[in-house]
Amino acid sequence: MHIPDGYLSPQTCVVMYAAAAPFWYVAAQRVKKLLTGRMIPLIGIFAAFSFVIMMFNVPLPGGTTGHAVGGTLMAIVLGPWATVIGVTIALAVQAIFFGDGGILAFGANSFNMAVVLPFVGYAIYRLLSGTTPLTSSRRVIAAGIAGFVALNAAAFLTAVEFGIQPALFHTADGTPLYGPYGLDVAIPAMMSGHIVIAGPVEGIVTALVMAYLQRANLPILQLAEPNAPRETLVGRVVTGPLWIGLAVLALLSPLGLLAAGTAWGEWGTEELVQLSGSVPQGLEHLSGLWRAPLPDYSLPSAEGPIAYILSAIIGVLIILAVILIVGRLLTRRRSSEQ
Amino acid sequence: MNSDNRTLPSQDGSFRLTPLEMAGQRRRRDWFAKTIEDITGTLESTVFAEEIAHLPGIWQGVDPRAKVVAAIALILAASLGRTIPTLIALYTLALVIAVAGHIPLDFFVKRVWLFLPFFTGIIALPAIFSIVTPGRALLVIVQQPYLAVTEQGVRTALLLLLRVATSVSFAVILILTTRWASLVGGLRALRVPQAFVLILGMTYRYIFLLLHTANDMFLARKSRVVGRIKGAEERLWIGNSIGVLLGKSYHLSDQVYLAMVSRGFRGEAKALQPLRMQPMDWLWMAVGLLIPIIVLTLGG
Repeated sequence: MHIPDGYLSPQTCVVMYAAAAPFWYVAAQRVKKLLTGRMIPLIGIFAAFSFVIMMFNVPLPGGTTGHAVGGTLMAIVLGPWATVIGVTIALAVQAIFFGDGGILAFGANSFNMAVVLPFVGYAIYRLLSGTTPLTSSRRVIAAGIAGFVALNAAAFLTAVEFGIQPALFHTADGTPLYGPYGLDVAIPAMMSGHIVIAGPVEGIVTALVMAYLQRANLPILQLAEPNAPRETLVGRVVTGPLWIGLAVLALLSPLGLLAAGTAWGEWGTEELVQLSGSVPQGLEHLSGLWRAPLPDYSLPSAEGPIAYILSAIIGVLIILAVILIVGRLLTRRRSSEQ
Repeated sequence: MNSDNRTLPSQDGSFRLTPLEMAGQRRRRDWFAKTIEDITGTLESTVFAEEIAHLPGIWQGVDPRAKVVAAIALILAASLGRTIPTLIALYTLALVIAVAGHIPLDFFVKRVWLFLPFFTGIIALPAIFSIVTPGRALLVIVQQPYLAVTEQGVRTALLLLLRVATSVSFAVILILTTRWASLVGGLRALRVPQAFVLILGMTYRYIFLLLHTANDMFLARKSRVVGRIKGAEERLWIGNSIGVLLGKSYHLSDQVYLAMVSRGFRGEAKALQPLRMQPMDWLWMAVGLLIPIIVLTLGG
């Protein structure tokens, strides 16, 4: 995704520098304000870290390998603004020292990978993980999806920057001066590789590292979210919405009364006689084995819809009682183990 | 060090050998060997770059600020050039500067052009055909459906290749002939914000430490593994080792900060050797700046 010099026109390069500049400025201001000097070695070494993990080849099913960029991971740990500076620095080292990515195209590369990638990744991660505790497995999935989407967002922008070149910059006879392919070629060519290989690698690595940090290095995850709950605490789990949902479903269930006939496969012996003319011998034998206290959802002393609703309420209460008792027994055992 | 009779690192990876491969025990290049190779190769090519920067060439002695400005001006010139002769002239200029800077010419040409077939070459090649670039046919390959190599297409591909090669050449010259420390100083003098320059210098330094740490982790594992490992397990291991490296990085940044504070750091960095522009430096910078202007006035 590192655009070398020569693919983009100087005009595009200037525009992309202008697009990245406000983010650099705000990031520098915020980092200066947040923490005095502590942020400098932190960002510096994390930039080095992001450079080094690009060397880690991740094997994919089918024999190919890809490498992760780590921008989303950095945004999850340090927050998006510090990541803007961190990835910009990593890109600068790559461009200046290792010749990976152009110098005129540095603004474009920074905008794609140091601005769009961390912000998209961070937004998706926070949106999907919500208020879950830091050790929640939902955060692992959120990190994976964020890594995948953020990388593809950056790749898409790169493809657009390539793709607008031939239409905007060509000689009088139509010879393209810079990148020769239009949007119709650049976007599919760029996106196929990133959706199939680079994106999944980024997603898998981000999720795996997230899972590792949850197990082994929780304080690092608390850097960006110091107030997030560390782990699932009994009694602090938010269950309100679940109860409302259950209540709505319970209230809707009398809708079943509108349906005609019996549910398929739930026939009683009398209905079977009507439907097929006979009752299999084994079934007839077994059907008498258990006499339900509330046969056919009706009470022995009452008939009709009221009895049906009453029996539904009794059923719900019995289920709730069983779940509460089992739940209480399980949590007591867990707390005595700790 | 005498740079003539040693094997030069090249971008095709021919110089990157893992200890095991050097012993000839393992020919198959698996992802694991590839990772170790990448890490070792990065270390080696960087060490070599610093060697050239220490040679007594014309370009090496120029003030880094003048050099950064001149290099950016020359890359801009390559970007502004609109015809093939202009770009050939600029590329020739790059070769002349490289020779003057004691950069081994074969290494320099190889480093630039070995890259190109893989990245730019693959992109440029389809552009010569009529389906991508319609125009006057030079060579008709198939009549039905019509497929031909077009004049405009060949020109597009050549323009792209030459432009990328020339831009990369100027960047490579700057990188090879400038020591990192003075390059960072040069950036500071060019009004790049203090925080960026400070972090940049620190990043560069710790890349090597982290690369060594990663290399050790990979070698340690490789030396303990017998037989084949499933893909899923490998991925898990990679994820874990990235996590470990992240933890180590954080720990390291803590120590570095404490070390900085204990040495009196208060958010302000000072260069040991203040840079002084000599008349020759001004001349270099002026010549560098003149070239894109010439290219522009000649109409590319």
